[in-house]
Amino acid sequence: MTLHKGRGFAAINYPIGMNLGGDPSQALVHSNPDGKFTVALSAIDLGQGMKSVTRQIAAETLGVPIADVYVDTADSDTGPHDMGSFASRGTHRMGNAVIRASEEARQVMLEAAAEELEVDAGDLVTDGQGNIHVRGAPSRTITTMAASQAAQFKQGRTIAGRGIFLVPLSDVDPETGEMSPVTTFAHAAMLVTVEVDDETGEVAVTDMQSAYEVGRALNPKLVEQQLRGGAWMGMSHAAWETTEPHYPARDHRPEDFNTYLMPGPGDIAPHHISILERPAEDGPYGGKGPGEMCANPVLPAVVNAVYDAVGVRIDELPVTPEKVLRGLQANGGAKPRQAL
Amino acid sequence: MAKTPVNFTLNGSPRSAFAGPGQNLLDFLRREVGDLTPKFGCGQGTCGACTVTIDGATHLSCLVLAESVEGRAIGTAAGLPDGATLDPLQEAFMDHFAAQCGYCTPGMLVSARALLDANPRPSRDEVIEAISGNLCRCTGYEPIIAAILAVAEGRARA
Ligand code: FES
Ligand code: FES
Repeated sequence: MTLHKGRGFAAINYPIGMNLGGDPSQALVHSNPDGKFTVALSAIDLGQGMKSVTRQIAAETLGVPIADVYVDTADSDTGPHDMGSFASRGTHRMGNAVIRASEEARQVMLEAAAEELEVDAGDLVTDGQGNIHVRGAPSRTITTMAASQAAQFKQGRTIAGRGIFLVPLSDVDPETGEMSPVTTFAHAAMLVTVEVDDETGEVAVTDMQSAYEVGRALNPKLVEQQLRGGAWMGMSHAAWETTEPHYPARDHRPEDFNTYLMPGPGDIAPHHISILERPAEDGPYGGKGPGEMCANPVLPAVVNAVYDAVGVRIDELPVTPEKVLRGLQANGGAKPRQAL
Repeated sequence: MAKTPVNFTLNGSPRSAFAGPGQNLLDFLRREVGDLTPKFGCGQGTCGACTVTIDGATHLSCLVLAESVEGRAIGTAAGLPDGATLDPLQEAFMDHFAAQCGYCTPGMLVSARALLDANPRPSRDEVIEAISGNLCRCTGYEPIIAAILAVAEGRARA
């Protein structure tokens, strides 16, 4: 038995969102008399951090402390319409909708404050700490809570805003099939190292080096965490996960965690991640979406690394020991492409 | 069918509740006792989301008959904080972003706490071994391993 080491590279472009029906997201923002804001969305947080990021976006746009914003994604029956959490669209689509809704709500908040301070709303600024004051005259000030209470109990105003983000639907040219369904792309490149056992056909990913370009990383720790977990999923797609042996027939299929295998804590590879920031022109504060593309470069990189290690070109995922062994047999043994 | 009274301690406090015939400990804790920290992931002993301790040793509560814990000490993730003070493991999980959806987290914490109670200075391999029965679909495990090692090596916030 020999362990063959190989390296593989892959680079991807990943479109953010999709263009079916314009891919809209709506957001509603309103304040309560305590000066705290609620953002209502219908797309949900799957653990990727959408609540945290839309909360940051709302606080930044409203000009209030992040602690004063609550994001409610509870109910798609009663909330504003949204296409959902998929296609890496959350930060980009919902974030843009939240900016628009927050801008509208902020304007009403400033008008309410202006009425109390007897100034023009255009002369008011927020300090991000829960205060609104006259530009250049910080002593002429009112708290966002006092402004919200005045709106609610004296002025009869609702401090609220509506926002929608909609990508104009792109027609398909009937002749060429050409369309422009996407407004922004994220990018990634990955180099993986594998070890292939030429006796058992087993492939172990031993190292991953990646660079992901995500627009602006609105919450760098969440981005890194998402990339790390997503790349692990990519490794799982590349070398473990399958409903074989008889897909799509449902007999003999793996049907539980005992038989549907994924890499465990002992199977993970060190992953060195570089996050590149090239703010997107139409992204909320420049953000795109790391979403699905965390997993995507891993698959071709692993397949290329196996080819590099033993000269076997796998063209059907996942890279199972059986496929590697059959390839080795067909080739008459391991043919490393280069000595590493 | 007759229900059976079960007396036990939960995170140090005496508790009693009625267990249905054949009811497993996970279902019993969630429905009859009201501790929602153990999670149902598979119900067949393969995911670890339901991990609890019984007399200090980790068990998959979905595989334990509720009646069998009469007189025993059950520990769950709900018992980790001391009043308003979180367990150092909980702090470390937050600092290392060791949860995304959070579904595996209570089970991970119970396994990790049991490890550190038995072996306060585990190696990386021992940490991996201790959580190898707890599946996580989100994090890629590395942040979880890093969080547990941070506590073991005294690098975490106290
Ligand atoms: S629910 Fe008990 S191990 Fe999955
Ligand atoms: S954080 Fe989602 S399963 Fe572990």
